[in-house]
Amino acid sequence: MATLHTKSAARAMMSPSVILLFCWMAVPLAMTLYFSFLRYNLLMPGMEEWAGLFNYEFFLTDPAFFSALFNTLILVGSVLVISVGGGLLMALLLDQPVFGQGIVRVLVISPFLIMPTVSALVWKNMMMHPVYGLFAWLAKTVGLDPIDWLSAAPLTSIVMIVSWQWLPFATLILLTALQSLDEDQMEAAEMDGASLWWRFYFIVLPHLGRAITVVILIETIFLLSVFAEILVTTSGGPGYASTNITYLIYTQALLQFDVGGASAGGIVAVILANIVAFFLIRLIGKNLEG
Amino acid sequence: MARTVSTRRRLAFTALAWTIALALFFPILWTFLTSFKSEGAAIANPPSFLFFDWTLENYHEVQERSNYFHHMWNSVVISFGSTFLGLLIAVPAAWAMAFSPTKNTKNILMWMLSTKMLPPVGVLVPIYLLFRDWALLDTLAGLVLVLTMVNLPIIVWMLYTYFKEIPGDILEAARMDGASLGQEILYVLTPMAVPGIASTCLLNVILAWNEAFWTLNLTAAKAAPLTAFIASYSSPEGLFWAKLSAASTMAIAPILILGWFSQRQLVRGLTFGAVK
Amino acid sequence: MKFSKMLLGACSAIALSYPAMANTTLTIATVNNGDMIRMQKLTGPFTDAHPDITLEWVTMEENVLRQKVTTDIATKGGQYDIMTIGNYEVPIWAKQGWLLPLDDLGADYDVDDLLPAIRSGLTLDEKLYAAPFYGESSMVMYRTDLFEKAGLTMPEDPTWEFIGEAARKITDKDNEIYGICLRGKAGWGENMALITTMANSMGARWFDMDWKPQFDQPAWKNTLKYYVDLMTDAGPPGASSNGFNENLALFQTGKCGMWIDATVAASFVTNPKDSTVADKVGFALSPDAGLGKRGSWLWSWNLGIPAGSTKAEAAKAFIGWATSKAYTELVAEKEGWANVPPGTRTSLYENPTYQKDAPFAAMTLRSINAADPKASTVDPVPYTGGQFVAIPEFQGIGTAVGQQFSAALAGQASVNQALDNAQKITDREMRKGGYIK
Repeated sequence: MATLHTKSAARAMMSPSVILLFCWMAVPLAMTLYFSFLRYNLLMPGMEEWAGLFNYEFFLTDPAFFSALFNTLILVGSVLVISVGGGLLMALLLDQPVFGQGIVRVLVISPFLIMPTVSALVWKNMMMHPVYGLFAWLAKTVGLDPIDWLSAAPLTSIVMIVSWQWLPFATLILLTALQSLDEDQMEAAEMDGASLWWRFYFIVLPHLGRAITVVILIETIFLLSVFAEILVTTSGGPGYASTNITYLIYTQALLQFDVGGASAGGIVAVILANIVAFFLIRLIGKNLEG
Repeated sequence: MARTVSTRRRLAFTALAWTIALALFFPILWTFLTSFKSEGAAIANPPSFLFFDWTLENYHEVQERSNYFHHMWNSVVISFGSTFLGLLIAVPAAWAMAFSPTKNTKNILMWMLSTKMLPPVGVLVPIYLLFRDWALLDTLAGLVLVLTMVNLPIIVWMLYTYFKEIPGDILEAARMDGASLGQEILYVLTPMAVPGIASTCLLNVILAWNEAFWTLNLTAAKAAPLTAFIASYSSPEGLFWAKLSAASTMAIAPILILGWFSQRQLVRGLTFGAVK
Repeated sequence: MKFSKMLLGACSAIALSYPAMANTTLTIATVNNGDMIRMQKLTGPFTDAHPDITLEWVTMEENVLRQKVTTDIATKGGQYDIMTIGNYEVPIWAKQGWLLPLDDLGADYDVDDLLPAIRSGLTLDEKLYAAPFYGESSMVMYRTDLFEKAGLTMPEDPTWEFIGEAARKITDKDNEIYGICLRGKAGWGENMALITTMANSMGARWFDMDWKPQFDQPAWKNTLKYYVDLMTDAGPPGASSNGFNENLALFQTGKCGMWIDATVAASFVTNPKDSTVADKVGFALSPDAGLGKRGSWLWSWNLGIPAGSTKAEAAKAFIGWATSKAYTELVAEKEGWANVPPGTRTSLYENPTYQKDAPFAAMTLRSINAADPKASTVDPVPYTGGQFVAIPEFQGIGTAVGQQFSAALAGQASVNQALDNAQKITDREMRKGGYIK
């Protein structure tokens, strides 16, 4: 099948994407790399000078850096666990015969369609607000003190908001995968007296392996750069309690207008992302081979 | 497929599924309801769910303040434009990767996906400078270009996984019958790939519609989409819950409705070839 | 030779008049506060008088506005013809030559009518670089009914000590009445505006004359401890995420006994349309601690034109109109005197109708006059600015320190830890900026 003819045609067809993406990535990346070695603040033009590794040193010794790194991992990790775990349960439930399944599916998919900014605003003002929010009202109704979510549990609140956005995505993919499960195999196992748990663990989970991999991969890509939700709700605080790496770079770039520092931060983030990607692909690459 | 399930069990599952679904949907529903309240009723305690004086005042006020349809049109152009352009570039690439893989194909795919991990804010200044020099700031063309690039890796990857599902034998057979490469793609491959392409389209329209960093930072007035529209409501003065709800409802309604009507297509393709 | 000169003259005359003749679109970046939004609805008379000018508004939330206009002006992106900027940006930008001097805003602009405190903040080398749209200081707003019920009398010039006592006395958490609402949301223009002015009045300062951060000094400790204790005892829940808007909503719904914030809020809390306590609000000067300085800040939102703008004439025409006395009268006619943009012109405060219709006018003027950005601290400092330090690095530093103080308010760090961190952060940034060698 792979004749010489098709091979060169294939290369020709692939090249626009590859070249364009390469430019999109390489040109800004090269510029970023260059800026990261400069002392370059947008607010003080004409002061640019070679700074060597100063920006990197400064970014990595920032007291916020390790909190941000830690928060990023917590955020990505917990949202993955919640959305995959919750999504799995939701998918199992929706796979059962349910009246009005179409509408249920429409309702469940909805959070995924909402702009991050809007969902952050809605959660902050309508749900989690300690005086006017619905949670506060619920707490008062049952006689509890309202919790001030965004300052008492900032990272948890953000995990909640982001999980809400990504749970539908996981549910849908897992549900679709579940629906392609071979019924006969399940029934045969049931006949043989296999327990519910056994069937789930040895038939359902392996069948979903690839779908779960896909969910993890796609979500990780988006979760590493969660930003709007933090900016709108907590602005990274209190303290550094909800600052992630992306947000830390934002403060360098658009608060201090320190292009050099932000560039160094960007490069560090790319390196970190690639480390994550490396392990991720190692971990789940086998599943993608298929 | 027909499983026999007792009605009682079915009812129990129905109740559970509906409860969870409504809970997930509730913040959106609540926003929608609040958008019809007066500012006073919006923060009333205890909150009223349906029995309040319904008013369109907030929508009126929002529309008076900002030209919603201008922003919405920009969102439409940007999201559909970038999806279309992305498909144009990605279909050939995905085809090549799926049917004529080399040992580097996997690496190229992974590399493409990894470009999405660069935090956009780190490259804002370089891109801004380039856009200024190419006169692309605040233009729809510029945004279409950026969003095409931002979503291209996802498009390529999704298409690749669909194309791989298509058995090579069929293409082989077509070629035996003397079909040219173009005919092969147009008449054999495309019809089989339509569900996949459709859901790729949908997912990318959604992602582009909701992209809030580049669309906000590279536009001013002319090309500003709905993400910029929302930025003017995120902290107005005083009581603003109802107005915020109205603006939010307006910003999400088009994509929500599109998503609802096309959810079957979206779901069918969302599997990324995850189903064997 | 003569002919060619004439031709050249004619050409340049045509070229010069061209922008005025052709349809000019002005893109105006502005902030989403009430006065600015009102102006967008009232531009009819301007566009009628200038049919060749079309106005295009880009309205944004303050932080988004700031990041967008700063990126644009620093990279000379040219996306905006008129920018709404604060008195923090104006001197810094003017120094860089990024702003067009506004020395010819028309005969009836009457630049000498601008309040001296506001004007001096926008002037560099005798030239005005932005025209003030509205100005504000800070003052105490309080609920007269709650004070009466508690048997308290608010003096016109209260001390922090009195404020603390009164706040604790009024607080009735069971009925959701909180004695005092103060900003707690992190940000150089949010909680740091309040805390910095508070610190100024309590004898603290950001830097000594060698630009060494001063958070390790007792005056700062007193300030922060006072603030955190007061808010813990008498503040609303979730105070660490309350900014101006959140507090305004709380006050308007009758949940605050006192609120120390921008003077512009006075017209919102006394407006019966939005406020449930409109007829029960009194005003007093920002408190002091007997050290000779009051915690009054000075802020103005101003309209400026980027240097190198090709639409300077049209932009000047618009700015001249929007910040004129005529615009003030237009608002007064359409929406009443209480709603005119305050704090920029002496003539407004001398207007008897305004004094009558705006019960807060006298106190606003006194507060603005009490603020002196050139000498806002008890001890000498190398910087200017009341609630901010007028150096480019301050946005970043102020917000980072604000985060620490916000954490202290939320109870996630002790006062000492917060100050310790603030000292470290500021020291680092000042070294990076080259202020400390």
